[in-house]
Amino acid sequence: MFKKFQPSTDVAGQTPVKSSVQRGIRSTILSLWNIDAETLEEIWPKKESIVNVKCRDHLSIYALHGEPLFFQHFDGPYFPTLRLLHKYPFILPHVRIDRGAIRFLLAGAHMMCPGLTSAGGWLPPADAALPTGTPVAFEAEGKEFIVGIGITKLGTEEMKTVNKGVAVESITYVGDDLWAIQKL
Amino acid sequence: MADITTFTQIEKRATPPVQMFYCSVCTFPPEYCEFGNSLSKCKEWLQTQRPDLYEKFYSEEALKAKLGTISQEAQSKLEEDTAKKEAKAEAKADAARKKKLASQVVIKRIERNKRKFVTSIRGLEAFGVDLKKAAKLFAQRFATGGSVTKNAAGIDEIVVQGDVSQEIYDMIAEANEGGGEDGKGGKKGVDILKGVLIDNVDIVEEKRKKDSEQ
Ligand SMILES: [Zn+2]
Repeated sequence: MFKKFQPSTDVAGQTPVKSSVQRGIRSTILSLWNIDAETLEEIWPKKESIVNVKCRDHLSIYALHGEPLFFQHFDGPYFPTLRLLHKYPFILPHVRIDRGAIRFLLAGAHMMCPGLTSAGGWLPPADAALPTGTPVAFEAEGKEFIVGIGITKLGTEEMKTVNKGVAVESITYVGDDLWAIQKL
Repeated sequence: MADITTFTQIEKRATPPVQMFYCSVCTFPPEYCEFGNSLSKCKEWLQTQRPDLYEKFYSEEALKAKLGTISQEAQSKLEEDTAKKEAKAEAKADAARKKKLASQVVIKRIERNKRKFVTSIRGLEAFGVDLKKAAKLFAQRFATGGSVTKNAAGIDEIVVQGDVSQEIYDMIAEANEGGGEDGKGGKKGVDILKGVLIDNVDIVEEKRKKDSEQ
């Protein structure tokens, strides 16, 4: 999503977000992410206004004091930025890609089933299965920190049985053009 | 009152953030430097900054352990890839450096009316300077008007009201004092102008033609 993304050419403008809309976003995030109100308050205090940085292709990046916190494509789910997820890694459910898949992810590829079902990968057990369309954090084999964020294209149980094709679409990863934006 | 506050804080406390430590060469968490395109530099930097982490990631045992489930073949492929990426990034940086060396900044003093001048600055963008921010800096510094406009050739340039050509030259020099082409060194407050090679900056004058219209 953030390949060849340049703030100088791809940002259309910044608009403050109405407080009623902010309340809506806040409650959506509280139900979508695994986060409590206190921690969200820490990240984005109620008395502070976020700015919607409108970008090309219906992409909105929401920033607080210039720091990108989360983003949304069309009216899809709100994804935290990777830097925010590094601070609060529990806000999205995790899957793990094997070591061999890391360099493909960092080259912009979507993640295929075998990269998650192999010995180095990991998917949640059946009783914690994730459905299609779930935002997930990518752990990586042998690494401590999250390497990227994606959205499931299959349910995690399906990934195990089908075991071929795209399992998780890549949304953002360490070193992409969103990662490069530290201030907007 | 104070007690109640303390109580509620204990009752509902936010989870503190993980303190992250990123590589200042490639910006990745250091464990991912091996996938970037500056591994040699990253390693050098980490060894001086965090010898403990260097040991953790690059000691003999760490290198063996990190193979994980990947095959020796795949690992060699990865290392080959990293070396290629690094060489490519270096070639790119080299080309950028050469381009910079060949770029010129022209500060032009233009006479608009008798004793009325404007100063135009062209070419700063080749050194990675944000023109809008630079125009704002000049305007603030000289309490005058400053803007980015397209010239006749369709190239963006900064136009500042008044004759401030020497002052702007000095600001650029000040920003890059003791600094190399990497943009290190220099003074704060004029950071925006960092990275410009002062030897490549010229001041020229444009006299108003006598026969032009008033
Ligand atoms: Zn690095």
